Parts: sequence; structure tokens; C-alpha cells
Amino acid sequence: MTTVTLYVLLVVASLPFLYPTLWMIFSSFKPANEIFLQPPTLLPKEWTLDGFAQVFTAQPFLRQYGNSMYIAVVVTLASILLSAMAGYAFARIRFPLRNAAFTLMLATMMVPTEVTIIPIFTAVRAMGLTNTHWPLIILPIFGPTAVVSVFIFRQHFLSFPKEYEEAARLDGVSRAGVFFRIALPLATPAVAAVGIMAFLRSFNMYFEALIFLRTPENFTLGLAITRYQDFYGEQMWNTQLGAASLTVVPILVVFLIAQKQFVQGLAQTGLKG
Amino acid sequence: MTARTSAPDGRRVVPNPRPRPDRDRWLGVAFVAPQVLGVIVLGVVPFLFVIWYSLNEWRPLTGEMEFTGLGNYSRLFADPTFSASVVASLFFSAGVLVLNLVIAISLAVLLNRRMKGITAFRTIFFSPVVVSVVAWSVTWGFLLAPNGGINGALKVLGIDGPSWLADSSTALISLVVVQVFKGVGMNMVLFLAALQSVPEEIREAAQLDGATPWKSFWSITVPMIAPTILLTGILTTIGSLEVFAPVQLLTDGGPGNATNVLPFFLYRTAFVSQQFGYASAIGVVLFAIILALTMLQWTSRRKWVHDEV
Repeated sequence: MTTVTLYVLLVVASLPFLYPTLWMIFSSFKPANEIFLQPPTLLPKEWTLDGFAQVFTAQPFLRQYGNSMYIAVVVTLASILLSAMAGYAFARIRFPLRNAAFTLMLATMMVPTEVTIIPIFTAVRAMGLTNTHWPLIILPIFGPTAVVSVFIFRQHFLSFPKEYEEAARLDGVSRAGVFFRIALPLATPAVAAVGIMAFLRSFNMYFEALIFLRTPENFTLGLAITRYQDFYGEQMWNTQLGAASLTVVPILVVFLIAQKQFVQGLAQTGLKG
Repeated sequence: MTARTSAPDGRRVVPNPRPRPDRDRWLGVAFVAPQVLGVIVLGVVPFLFVIWYSLNEWRPLTGEMEFTGLGNYSRLFADPTFSASVVASLFFSAGVLVLNLVIAISLAVLLNRRMKGITAFRTIFFSPVVVSVVAWSVTWGFLLAPNGGINGALKVLGIDGPSWLADSSTALISLVVVQVFKGVGMNMVLFLAALQSVPEEIREAAQLDGATPWKSFWSITVPMIAPTILLTGILTTIGSLEVFAPVQLLTDGGPGNATNVLPFFLYRTAFVSQQFGYASAIGVVLFAIILALTMLQWTSRRKWVHDEV
């Protein structure tokens, strides 16, 4: 294959990946009647901020943004710490029932939240935690969806050189000290991969938010985007797209800055098998 | 306990650096406890409850719960909505699995070279992974609308496009496409990592022996990335059987029951028509399908995966 054909192929192939996001961002600057204009255009003929004008007034959008961000940050930090501890223990420490516990964890990956949502819902309701953020924080940190993170850390620590630890133990550092002061700080690629995956998982959480959240003040962004309607119940298209763009752009920017770390993280953690 | 001695400078040294098994054992238990208890309390226990609920008629509005044995299941297997739902789920999953793996591997092979701008392309193909599933679905809703972007582009070519999401022959395929483009970048990165661990010399040797690129792809590259194919295959299958947000946002299960996949059918049965027992039976079937497909892929590995995962 010549270089030119390869480039042409890649440009064509990238269209369905790139176009929707660009269309979403540019269309949020279009007047409402231009969104369904035929033939369709990517760039607005007339640039306007009308769509954005109502993003913050039709819903408590800043508050919803804050909800999503703080939940995602808590979930990310807790996921990194807890799954690193579990992954390290599964890789490096012998304890009774270790293999049984690990097999059990892998097996729960086959139980999606949708399957277990009814008992979880009744338990959350019985505890009076409906319309709070607790289920959206507890479920991704401790639930079966966290198993992938444990797996990534386990694979990482399996290939972590034993010599570092042995040297530290010779100096009298405890096993916990070895983990917190040597193994975890050196696990940057795994931390990056798990951190970004946990953040995205939390930020993407829609099903759970739909089940548990009731009032707009408590909504997370995913739920909020779908609820832009005017007084007649008509969808406010350009406002919806404006809100969606505002949720996507910051994450895209962070990703563009950190993408090398992320790709390396995934590559080096042995998730490749 | 290990014997202690003194170093010449009086510092205590431990002559035997082997970890003390007793204390380590408890540390190991303590380190895994939050996550192991977590999956038991939030995964295993609720799952046992789902099995119990599925054997009961339970309408939460009236609060009555009555043991009916396999009643929900016999009702389920006679329900045409359920069979449509199973078909939709299996079709969706098969479509996503095949398209996702083929595209992810192809992109990884194309991008696994040193060339100007190759990082930019990797970033583009990965970018939908970081776009929220709601924003992605909402946007495709506009693009797939009867007067939306895709039909507009087709019209320029002189083709009248169908109403993608409202036509029962195209709705499910449209959802497959939306799901594949959203997630394929993640698998592409995993395959890129796997390809980079394939030694260059092996491929060069094959080329010297006169193997065509196609032949060396099938007889060298594929076997060497087989463990990754297995792992991503299993994870992609599970993920596709869990699909919910795009279905709710784009088709609402319709037209008819064309896109009424099992998680969506379960959601509607539980939280719209308030039948918790019947919905639990759907959940058990969904789990059984995931288990069967995972086992199928896992046991097939002996035939085509040489390294252990």
C-alpha cells in the first residue's frame, strides 16, 4: 500500500468518528431553524449564541455540572486507591482463598447492573437514599464494574520487578509501606489507565441516574442533556446540543493533553492479555 | 520468627528478607476486602435476590409478593415481546462484536507504523470513547433523523434515505453502527498495544520467505494477538448485551419491538409497568445469555489461542 492510499483511507475512515462530535459542537452555534437545513452543513451560516443562552436558565446546569464532576472525582480517586490495593494483594501477597476470591470477582463481571437493579433499587429506597448521589458513588467504586480496574492493577503488579520490593524490605519497610511508598507511586501507567476509565465510567453513568435521580437539582449531566424542553414540551434542539457540547469539550481537551499517558497506560498494563 | 543479629554499626538487620507470612496474610485480606465485599454485597447478593424475585409475582405498587414458582418463566417464554427482545439482543450483540473486532483490528494494523500524523489519526479514532454516551446518542439522533445529516448527504448523491430509526429494517442496524463507532477506539488501542509486542523480525522473515501481506496477517499477526482478540471479544460481548442508553434515547425500543433489547425490556417491565417479579425473570435470562456466550468464547480458546491469557 502506498503512503498516499493509506492517508486517503485513514481520512475517509475517520469521518464517522470525527464528524458527529464536530457537528454537535458547530450546530450548537446555529439558530434552531438551521439545524435541520437541507442540504446539511457543518458550519453555521449564521453564528449565534441563542442555543447556549438557555442552557443555564432552562435547567440548573452549573449545579448539574458540579454534581457530575464531584461524583466523578470521588469515584476516580477511590477507584484508584481501592483497586490498586486489591490488585496488588492479588498479584503479590499470599492469603487464604486468594484464587477463589479473584475468580468470584471475575465472574461478577458477567452480571450487569441492569440485571441486579431491582434489588439494588429496593435497598436504596428502603434506606431512603433515592434521589441522592450515594448509589451513583457507591456502585461504580465497589460494584462489579470496578473489577476491570482490579484486573488492570493485578496485571501491572504481576510484572512489577520484585527487586525493588526486596531492597525495601531489607531496609525494614513493612509490606504496606512497600505498597504505598514504592509499588503504587511507580504504577503511573496503571493509575492513568484506571483513573481515566473510572472517570469516564462515572461521567457516562446514565441508567443508574435515570433510576435513582428525581429532581433537576440532583441530576447528573447525562440525564440533564435529555431534559431540555420548552413550556410546550417541545425539545429545545440547539440548547440540547449546546449543553452536550459543554459537557464534551472539557473532557476532549483533557484527553488530548493526556492521551499519550492513557494509551501507554493501557498498553503497559497487560490488558493486552 | 527470624533471628535478629546486629550489624557492625549496631543497626538492626533482618538476615532473612522473606516476607513474614502471618502478617502479610492479613494485609492481603485487608487489601482485597473492600472490593471483594463490594462485589458480594452489590453483585452476588442482589443476583441471588433477582433469582428469588423471579420466582414470585411481585407488584411493588400494591406491595403484594406471591410465590409462583416458574410461573414468570412460562409466561415469559410465551410472550412474543420476549422472543422479539431476545432476537434483538442477539442480533445487536453479534453485529457489534463482528464489526467492532474487524474495524478495531484493521485500524490497529493500519496505524501500527511510524508515519507523519499517525498519532493524530489514533486520537481521532479514539475520541468518541471520551464523548459521553448521551451526547453521542443525541447527536446521532439528529444525523439519523429523516431530514437529518445522513439523508441530506445521500440526497446530494441522488438517493432517498430511509427514516433510519423509525424503519424496523434499519433501526437495529443503526443502533449497531452508533454503538460500534462509540466504542471501537478502546479496542483499537488494546490491539495496537498487542501488535507492538509482535517482534518485527518475525514479520520480516515471513516477507523474505515470500509471504503476501494477507498471508502473513493470518498466519503470524492473528495468532500472536489471539489472547487480545479473546479478551476484547468477551468484554465487547458483555458490553453489547448491556446496552441501554442509545436504545432509550434513539428508538425507545421501537419501531414495534425491533430494538427492544433485553436490558431495555427489563427496564420497562420493572420501572414503567411495575412488575418486579416478571422483570427479574428477564434479568435471569439476560444473565444466562451472557454466561453462555462468555463460556462459548472461553472454551473455544483452546482451538485458536496458543498462549494462556
